[in-house]
Amino acid sequence: MTPKARGLSQQGRHLAMLAVIWAALVFAPYWMPLFGGYTALGTRVLVLGLAAMSVNFLLGFTGVLSFGHAAWFGLGAYGAGLCLKWVALSTPLALLAGTVLGGVAGAILGVLLVRRRGVYFAMVTIAFGQVFYYIAFQWSSLTGGDDGLRGFERQPLDFGPFKIDLLHNDVYFYYFVLVCFAAAAAVMAFVLRSPFGHTMIAIRENERRARFLGIPIELHIWIAFALSCFFMAFAGALYALLNNFADPRVLHYSLSGDFVIMAVMGGMRRFWGPLLGAVIFVVLQDYISSVTVNWMSFIGALIVLIVLFFPRGVLGLLGQRRTA
Amino acid sequence: MLELTFFNVTNGLIIGAFYALMAIGLSLILNLSGVINFAHGGFLVIGGYLAYTLRPYIGFWGALIVAPFLTAIIGIAVERLLIRRLYGRDPLYSLLLTFGLAFIIEDGTRQFWGANGLPFSVPEGLTSALSSKFFFITGYRMFMVAMVAIVVGLLFVLLRYTRIGVRIRAGTLDLETVSALGVNVRALRSLNFAVGIFLAGLAGVLAAGQIGLEPTMGDSLLMPSFIAIIVGGVGSLTGTLFGGLLIGVASGLTAVIFPSASEAVIYVMMAIVLLVRPRGLLGEEGMLT
Repeated sequence: MTPKARGLSQQGRHLAMLAVIWAALVFAPYWMPLFGGYTALGTRVLVLGLAAMSVNFLLGFTGVLSFGHAAWFGLGAYGAGLCLKWVALSTPLALLAGTVLGGVAGAILGVLLVRRRGVYFAMVTIAFGQVFYYIAFQWSSLTGGDDGLRGFERQPLDFGPFKIDLLHNDVYFYYFVLVCFAAAAAVMAFVLRSPFGHTMIAIRENERRARFLGIPIELHIWIAFALSCFFMAFAGALYALLNNFADPRVLHYSLSGDFVIMAVMGGMRRFWGPLLGAVIFVVLQDYISSVTVNWMSFIGALIVLIVLFFPRGVLGLLGQRRTA
Repeated sequence: MLELTFFNVTNGLIIGAFYALMAIGLSLILNLSGVINFAHGGFLVIGGYLAYTLRPYIGFWGALIVAPFLTAIIGIAVERLLIRRLYGRDPLYSLLLTFGLAFIIEDGTRQFWGANGLPFSVPEGLTSALSSKFFFITGYRMFMVAMVAIVVGLLFVLLRYTRIGVRIRAGTLDLETVSALGVNVRALRSLNFAVGIFLAGLAGVLAAGQIGLEPTMGDSLLMPSFIAIIVGGVGSLTGTLFGGLLIGVASGLTAVIFPSASEAVIYVMMAIVLLVRPRGLLGEEGMLT
C-alpha cells in the first residue's frame, strides 16, 4: 500500500470505529436489556466514563498523574445537589453550578500544584483531594455529613410548550446524559486537536525539549489541569443528578484511584480508552458485588493483574497487534 | 486554659510521633524505590492483627517484637513477587499496584479476623496515669513515644554509620552510580522495603494498644503521613520526622482554639508550605520533583 492509501484506510477505520461507538451508545437502552443490563447502569457507565476520560485528558495526553481528581468530581456533585436543594429547581442550572464549583476550585488549587512532577504531584493531589472529603464529612449542617446530601431531585427539562420528564423515565434521562456526554467529549476532542492539544502531547513526550522550545510548561499544565477539573466537575454534577444523592465517598481518593484504573484498563493513550475501561469496571463491579461480599479482593486482584500484565490497556493491546 | 493547651500539645506530640513513624517508613520506600506505598496502612493493620493473634502465646512484649518482623517478611514477599517488576516503569503503575493491594489487605483482614473491632489490651503497668495532675499522660503514651524515639534513633544511626545505611542514602541520591560501584541494588531495595514495612508493623502494634483493632484503622493514618512527607520535604528523612511532629502539634494546638478544624489545619499547613517553600521544610532542590 502506498502511504496515502494507508492513510485513507486508517481514516476509514477510525470513522468506522466512531460509528460503532456512537451506535452502541445511542441504542444502549434497547440492546442492554438483552444482556441483562438496565438503563441506569448504562447511565452510570456514561457518567463514570466521562470522569475517567477527564482524568485521562491530563494523564494520557499531558503525562501528569493526578490521584485526587475525585475531589473535583465530588465538588461537582455537591454543587449540583446544593443548587437544586437551596437555589432553584432547574436541572441545567444545577449542572452549571456543579461544574463551576468544582472547576474553579480545581483551577485555584492547580496553581499550587503545577510545579510538582511525577510521584510528588500524585501525592500532593491525593492530599489536597482529601481536604474536600473532610469538609463534606465535618460540615454536616450544609452537606449532611456522613449520611450524605439528600432532599433534591432532578427536574424536568422545560422547553415552554413541552416538558421532558427526566426523573421518572430512565430512558429520557439516559439520552439527556448522552447529549451532555457527547458535548463534553466533543469539546475534549476539539482541544486535543488544537495546537494547544499538540503542545500537551509534546510536554508528555519530552518536557525538557518542550521547555527549550520556549513553551511555558507550567502555564500549559495548569490550563490542562483546570480544563480537566471542569470536565470532572461536570461529570460529578451528572452523577448527583443520576443518584439524586451525594455523599462524602464521591470525594474520596479511592474513587480517584478507580478513575485512574479505568483509564489504564481501557488504554490511556487513546481517546476512547477510558470509556471502554469504565464499561469493563462498572459492569464487573456491579456483577461481582452482587455475587460475593469479598468484591474488594476481586477488584484489588484485577488492578494488580492489569498493572502487571496489561499496562497498556485493552485498546493499547489491540493497537499493538495491528502494528506488529 | 494553660493546662488544656499543655494537654493538647502533649497529645499532639504523641500523635505526631506516630505520624512520623508511619511517614518515615513511607519515605524510605519512596526515596530509594520511587514507590508511593498506598498499602502502607494495610501493612500497619497486618502488624496490629498479627500481634493480636500472637499475644496469647508469647505475651504483649513478645508480640511487640515478633509481629513487626513477621509483617516485614510479608513485605519482602510482596516486594519480590509484585513491586520489584515495576521498578523503572512509570510511577503510576506501582502506585496503582499498591492501591489494589490495599484493597486486598483490607478485605483479607475482614475475612480472617472479622469486620468488627477487636480489643487489644496493654500490660497493667503501662495503663496507669503517671500523676493525678497530668492524668492524660498515661504510661502507655509515654511508652509509645519512647518506642518511636528509640526506633527512629536506631534507624538514623544505622543509616549514618553502617555500610548498608550509607548505601541506602547513596542510592537515594543516585541509584545508577551505586549499582555501578558493585552494590546489589535489588537486595538493597528489598531490605529497604522491609525496613519501611517493619516500621509500619510496629506502628500497627503500638496503635492497637491505644485505639484497638479495626480493618480500616490504617486509613486515617495514611493521609497525615503523606502530608508529613510533603511538609518535611521529599527526600529528607529528618524532614519527614519534623513534618510528622509539626503537624501533630499543630493539630493539637488547633484543637484548643477551634476543635472542628483540627483535622483541616494539617492541610492548610501543607498549602502554606507548598506556597512559601515548595520543596518542603528540609527538602533538597530538585529531589523527585
